Amino acid sequence: MADTAIQEPKVAAPKEPLFGKKERKLITDPLNDNNPITVQVLGICSALAVTSLVYPSVVISVAVVFVCAFSSLFTSLMRNAIPKQVRMIVQLVIIATLVTVVELTLRRFNYPIYKELSVYIGLIITNCIVMGRLEAFSMANKPWRSFLDGIGNGLGYGAILIIVAFIRELFGKGTLFAGSPIQINIIGASNPTTNYLINTAAESGIGTWFSWYANNNLMVLPAAAMFIIGILIWIHRSWNPKLVDIS
Amino acid sequence: MHSTKYIVGFVAILTTVVAVVLSILFSSWEGQSKLNEAIFNKRAILSSITDYLDENPKDMLETEVLRIFNEDVEQIALNMDGEILTPEQIIESGYKGGRAEDIDMKKEKKKDEAERIFPLYVYSSKNDGNVYIVSVRGNGLWDEIWGNIALKSDFSTVVGANFDHKGETPGLGAEIKDNPAFPAAFKGKSFMSADGEYVGVDVVKNGSKGSPHKIDGISGATVTGVGVAEMLIRGVKYYQPYFNTIKSSQGKKLGMLNNK
Repeated sequence: MADTAIQEPKVAAPKEPLFGKKERKLITDPLNDNNPITVQVLGICSALAVTSLVYPSVVISVAVVFVCAFSSLFTSLMRNAIPKQVRMIVQLVIIATLVTVVELTLRRFNYPIYKELSVYIGLIITNCIVMGRLEAFSMANKPWRSFLDGIGNGLGYGAILIIVAFIRELFGKGTLFAGSPIQINIIGASNPTTNYLINTAAESGIGTWFSWYANNNLMVLPAAAMFIIGILIWIHRSWNPKLVDIS
Repeated sequence: MHSTKYIVGFVAILTTVVAVVLSILFSSWEGQSKLNEAIFNKRAILSSITDYLDENPKDMLETEVLRIFNEDVEQIALNMDGEILTPEQIIESGYKGGRAEDIDMKKEKKKDEAERIFPLYVYSSKNDGNVYIVSVRGNGLWDEIWGNIALKSDFSTVVGANFDHKGETPGLGAEIKDNPAFPAAFKGKSFMSADGEYVGVDVVKNGSKGSPHKIDGISGATVTGVGVAEMLIRGVKYYQPYFNTIKSSQGKKLGMLNNK
């Protein structure tokens, strides 16, 4: 047994490592230094629209990661064949196809969430992040790297979406993951049909202290997302010194 | 630079490939998607009679939803005069399936009032006689709202309701669907006054206490509340001709019994 361990051949380093430093950077960069929302300020439209609840935001994020990654991959595979004059149209066809695939998949496998999101799923087609990455990266890079870049940007977008949705749902509705099988009711006045972890209606315990608390209705309006994103951009820039000079 | 021929060829091939892939995907999943839609709608209808069911329709298995619908629910399609339509007449109105559940309230809302047809679901409960579930559709603040109201066999007392919407504000108007307390407030309210006149159920700002025809609205969602009230008063009225015919036939039976 010891022999086999010794005889195990050393893995020769491939010419282009699958997850080299550069490749890792393609995924981590959009999460922080080059975040599509807080740094490039792209994709704001959908970030305002879908972030009132966490669960739809998660689904949209997954959909964007999928669309972004595979449209990057396909565009990159065809990058030398795509005529420059019609490249935008070709990119749009690829994106629209993938978004339709997402829509059909949801309709087939999770109809309730399809019902809830149908309009917004279609809007991924016009999400600037996807098209921006195709134009800026995939048209000039190899497939694998473009794929990673797509995943990275999708994740960077999704991360901000979920942070904003978390704040909005918690303070606007007092719940988390509402509408999903793992809905958690955090804070609010319990009634016969719903129980909250922090019950503001109780006569004893924390309730008596918290009875003044009411959900902030502003949080459920799109305007709330506007200034939450604004505050996030502020925090992000003051925390990351690399961003200070970029304006 | 590519030649024009190349560009046209490239785009033609790309669009053909995309079209073929998408249409294969669509047609191979269409059956299941249609079924999903039907189950979604049936779940919504059943959730207006949650009190009579062993399990909340939300948590029910799909097969259970279909079973209850097949075994315990009778579906009837009605026209404006309260006449029961035959499957042929339903197909004539534009619904291939020929059943009441195939009726699309969205299409009906666009038709002239005189031409509309409506589905009525009759659930035979174990201890409360027949429960009549009516479908209503109206306008909220931003877009359409719709719902199902379950009435006791006196055609007046509400035993349950459920609502849905297309684009009401989450946390405000959308609470008609998201907040279970709103549809629950309709329980026990009645559409008929004590004199047997049709009055409907109104959604009001504070002051529903004691009245059988009023429920409390949601704060911040006044317009949606007004929409719900209007939808109910108008929507349930469409069923009145049919209810009246049943009532009068029941009355005749009673009269005959008394004569004996």
